[in-house]
Amino acid sequence: MAVLLAVSLVVFLAVFAVGDPVELLINPEATQHEREMMVRALGLDRPVWMQYLTFLGNAMQGDLGISFVHGEPALQIIIERMPATFELVFFALLIASLVGIPLGLYVGLNSDASLSRAIMTGSILGYSIPNFWKGMMLILLLSVWLHWLPTSGRGETVDILGIPVSFLTWDGVRHLVMPVLNLAIPNTALMIRLTASGAAEARTQDYVKFARAKGVRPQRIVRRHILRNILIPVITVLGIEFGALIAFSTITETVFAWPGMGKLLITSIYRLDRPVVVSYVMLITFLFVLINLIVDLIYAALDPRVKLMDRAP
Amino acid sequence: MSGALLDVRGLRTVFHFLEGAYPAVDGISFTMRSGEVLGLVGESGSGKSVAGLSLIGLIDPPGEVVEGEVLFKGRNLRTIGESALRQVRGKEIAMIFQDSLAALNPVLTVSEQMVEAIREHADVPLPAARERVIAALRQVGISSPETRIDQYPHEFSGGMRQRVAIATALLNKPDLIIADEPTTALDVTIQGQILAEMQTLARETGTALIWITHDLGVVSELADRVAVMYAGRIVEIGGIDDVLDRPCHPYTQGLLDSIPAENAPGSRLRQIDGTAPSLAARPVGCAFRLRCQRAGPLCAEREPDVTEGPSGQSWRCHHPIPQGDRP
Repeated sequence: MAVLLAVSLVVFLAVFAVGDPVELLINPEATQHEREMMVRALGLDRPVWMQYLTFLGNAMQGDLGISFVHGEPALQIIIERMPATFELVFFALLIASLVGIPLGLYVGLNSDASLSRAIMTGSILGYSIPNFWKGMMLILLLSVWLHWLPTSGRGETVDILGIPVSFLTWDGVRHLVMPVLNLAIPNTALMIRLTASGAAEARTQDYVKFARAKGVRPQRIVRRHILRNILIPVITVLGIEFGALIAFSTITETVFAWPGMGKLLITSIYRLDRPVVVSYVMLITFLFVLINLIVDLIYAALDPRVKLMDRAP
Repeated sequence: MSGALLDVRGLRTVFHFLEGAYPAVDGISFTMRSGEVLGLVGESGSGKSVAGLSLIGLIDPPGEVVEGEVLFKGRNLRTIGESALRQVRGKEIAMIFQDSLAALNPVLTVSEQMVEAIREHADVPLPAARERVIAALRQVGISSPETRIDQYPHEFSGGMRQRVAIATALLNKPDLIIADEPTTALDVTIQGQILAEMQTLARETGTALIWITHDLGVVSELADRVAVMYAGRIVEIGGIDDVLDRPCHPYTQGLLDSIPAENAPGSRLRQIDGTAPSLAARPVGCAFRLRCQRAGPLCAEREPDVTEGPSGQSWRCHHPIPQGDRP
């Protein structure tokens, strides 16, 4: 709660520093009178502190303001875009886990193999190439040269429980591939490195040697003894990345014109749509807090040494 | 010695480093009968732990067992292959490690870690395996094992964890248990209890025991025979009374002199000068000669061979301590 309050204050002041939205919103040919009417209607004539308190009061009741540009509640606009971003992030992390964890295990357990060196080198590339450049290169390769995939948009969507999703139609999947790949590559690399270092450390532990001395099969040692210990940091990082990707898939969404929250944020900043920007940051902050809570819960379930207390200390 | 439970011949384990291969275990040989307790004694770095791990093929790179035979019940464990060896490990030869906290997986329950030791070797249904685990925990003196079985290692005290490790080793009624300093990390009272329990358990089940330790005092209470290791070699081996009462190797004598209880009250504790040589810096000839008061020119020239005494005691020394010439 304290986090949310602090963030709201910082963001609210920051958007004021960016510029005056009135210049952008109002028809240049409007009269002075029309202009003042507009400013008053939006509440922009009042001092900053008063605007902030009004915002805070409304926010308590779940009202984060109305978009200057769209004329709809800001929160609603953002939430409408949310499924698209979630879909992107979910599949990106799914791929990162399904590819990264097994590869990382292989590398960690066979650190001298030449394949391991190749994977580790690849993961450095995957992690260090900037997202926007990689996105454009993907478009160049897969769309412009090979004409395999469309460059932008979500494609055909299907509603599940009233939420539009892309991954159930062929057209949607074709649209999904590149942005998901763009987000998945650095995260796969991250998973590889995390799992590899964890496995390399775990396999020299005494409990692995003791398990071998008990005559436990190597597959079981990897599955139960090693993987179980590695999963703790992996889950933590996955949680953090989940939040981070939702918040910062902005670049990928912009490059691929994916109609998610990130693209909305960029557009809103250009248009100085203060309520949307503030609501976006508030929502993301809330998500981060929520994800951290979930990660802590999973953490406690995985690591018996972590005990959740009944009350916070 | 045919019919021996374990017959180790010329076992050699080296560690490969950039500069070359260094022998940590340099050709050790010994035999054991069923039910016998052998104390394997030496300072840190003498190769005693590596020797224990080498027996059941648990040496990881850069280490490698390069020579020798480990004949266990007539089969050479070095050549039977990894999957056959896996069936021997934990079932016929069990091992206990020094640090029981590190040896138990922190994120798995005690029951899972003990049950797997049974079910990896035999097709035992889970409830039956749990019953055996509970019985084994009770056997090593853990109270209310029915509830403690589902706890995690960190919920046990140090002594209790070591009992869990011992119970795990006992599960499949092995013919041989290799115990690598299992009581070193425990305080003295617990150490005494566990020693006594191990002795009883080994006697009851007829399990042979290799007890690896740096503590001759522990060995004297427990072992039938003792092997003293120095710089990768067994420098003296024999019956416990022979070796402790009539040591032939100056190093054994030195170890005995360093036991506080053996010294007269008020006298300065005797010690062996210098430190054990590192893997890379073994002197030519006898590895002990630089710390040895009896060393002569011959010791620098060539390494002493094994000399066998009348009662099965044997030693590697050019100038053994003559009988009757006690310092």
